[in-house]
Amino acid sequence: MKPVYIAGAGMTKFGRSEWSLMELASNASLAALRHAGLGKIPVDSVVVANMGAARVNRQTALGSALVDQLALYPAMAEAVENGPASGASAFKVGCQAIASGMADVVLVTGVERMRVVNGLEGTDFVASLSQPEVEYIYGVTLPSLAGMFARLFMDRFGVERRHLAMIAIKNHENATKNPYAHIQLAVTMEGILTAPEAVVNNPPIATPLHMFDCCPVSDGAASIVLVSEEVVGKLGGPKVRVAGIGQATDTHAVHEREDPTDLKAVRIASEKAFSMAGLTPQDVDVAELHDAFTILEIAESEAAGFFGRGEAHKAIERGETKLDGKLPINPSGGLKAKGHPVGATGVAQLVELAWQLRGDADERQVKNAKIAYACNFGGFGNNVVATVLRREEK
Amino acid sequence: MAYISELEASLRPPAMDMPPYPPKVITLASGEEMVVRQVERDEVPILLEVLYPLLWVERDFYDIVAARLFGELLAYKRYRVKDEYVLAGLIDGVLAGMVNGRLMDAKTGMSYHTLTVRRGLRVGSHLFAAKMEYHIEHCKQEEVLIVAESPIGFRRWMIEYPLEKRFEVQHELGGVPSWVLLKETYYNAKPRLVAGRRPAPEDLLRGAETIMLPDEETVVRQVVGEKEGRE
Repeated sequence: MKPVYIAGAGMTKFGRSEWSLMELASNASLAALRHAGLGKIPVDSVVVANMGAARVNRQTALGSALVDQLALYPAMAEAVENGPASGASAFKVGCQAIASGMADVVLVTGVERMRVVNGLEGTDFVASLSQPEVEYIYGVTLPSLAGMFARLFMDRFGVERRHLAMIAIKNHENATKNPYAHIQLAVTMEGILTAPEAVVNNPPIATPLHMFDCCPVSDGAASIVLVSEEVVGKLGGPKVRVAGIGQATDTHAVHEREDPTDLKAVRIASEKAFSMAGLTPQDVDVAELHDAFTILEIAESEAAGFFGRGEAHKAIERGETKLDGKLPINPSGGLKAKGHPVGATGVAQLVELAWQLRGDADERQVKNAKIAYACNFGGFGNNVVATVLRREEK
Repeated sequence: MAYISELEASLRPPAMDMPPYPPKVITLASGEEMVVRQVERDEVPILLEVLYPLLWVERDFYDIVAARLFGELLAYKRYRVKDEYVLAGLIDGVLAGMVNGRLMDAKTGMSYHTLTVRRGLRVGSHLFAAKMEYHIEHCKQEEVLIVAESPIGFRRWMIEYPLEKRFEVQHELGGVPSWVLLKETYYNAKPRLVAGRRPAPEDLLRGAETIMLPDEETVVRQVVGEKEGRE
């Protein structure tokens, strides 16, 4: 396989957008293309990640639409839909095109405009990823699955609500340093858990998960320019190499898993990615995890191999995952506070990590970051893409 | 009481005795302390200053709410509405939001508006709850008539409490069919939705004596929405 590099990364601010779906995608793409500084080097292929445009925006064939918006003809184009893992899946497709020699420059853009529908419809649209015959028809939603998962996980490993609150506080704090984050608001333990008013400030959503344990519903887009070794040699700036990608699946219905607290797909995908990179979890300097719910940051950090089973919440207590800790997790604010435009999320995680490895993350820069890891968690853990990036010294 | 001419007095609606709203303090999710207190007539001009730029903000129906509230506050200041009251939420003396309403008679209240300047902290929910608390607990009313002018309001009041339909009654805000909060509904919702501590600490009350305007950045970022497209 030929090596693949990230030459440029850009995104729109996440939140509630007045921009159309294609305006979001175009603006993120233009930002990434400008960042890459390709000059006259053409884009060979465009891959767009999206989950719900056909349903909520009445638009399909997003790859062709983005090529047209940006006048990138005659570039190859397609769209990738893989639930909340669409972003990293599209990134993988882009990497495959370069690794195989089919392309030298690929634009990967993730986009979602889901605030156009109300909360109930948005929740239902995301719930459509659940198993149709044994989950969806009984009213299962992602918060309800996460609530059941959290209850089981907390019971088994002694995780308490205060640990979940610590994650929310950390990620909200990180997001205040990220101008692209949906929610730029610091929260406190008192305000969301211990004060008498916390019951009103932070109402239950799907117990034991409360409002500040859940990501917001966001619009937004994120974009990455992938290039071959030949092209990266012509460009300036630090070299960020795609060191490893792993993907794994698990049962569609969560209750069919032997141990529902074991995120097997995260574990296997991560093992594959680290193996391909020739690295271990202990080599990682910074990570972006798919914390659609705070409990998932704990569970994924264990399944990825950063901590032993039942150990992550203790590391959080010790502050190890803070921006200045041993392994900073979600410096962007994570899905929790940066936001979660579903199809854009996987790309946005990699945008943040590319910036971190290039030293472009401003106030939230992790010192000396050279190896980065991302976990894009599709379905409720039934389709996971793990990615390892590495900064190559000149 | 200052002298009022006979003509001016005849233009004013008859007033009932209204109990004062005892101030309280609410710890917000950010850890900040918000004082909720009654607004006097001579403080209205500063609230109008906050409302003025919002008259043109279409997002989340701020324009209609700000415009109507502007008129209602003027009517309160100039004695042109019967038995109105205004409450404000202040963080370090800076206005975070405001609510108002009036008493229709001893038994029934009418909620007017809730407007939040500091968004994302459930300030509007807290202030709306304070308004219901005033009607039911302090004015001893049996019910409050309510409508929503934005989907956010509908979720916060009609769904969260939840309110009952009283569609045969046209609300004063545009003749929209009314919903109603009954005393029983209020007390059922109180543990979930009504927060605050009394007595409010003296130092916080002193800090909330003078209403200060939020800075422009706060208004733009929290109400209008930050400009997009940063790279």
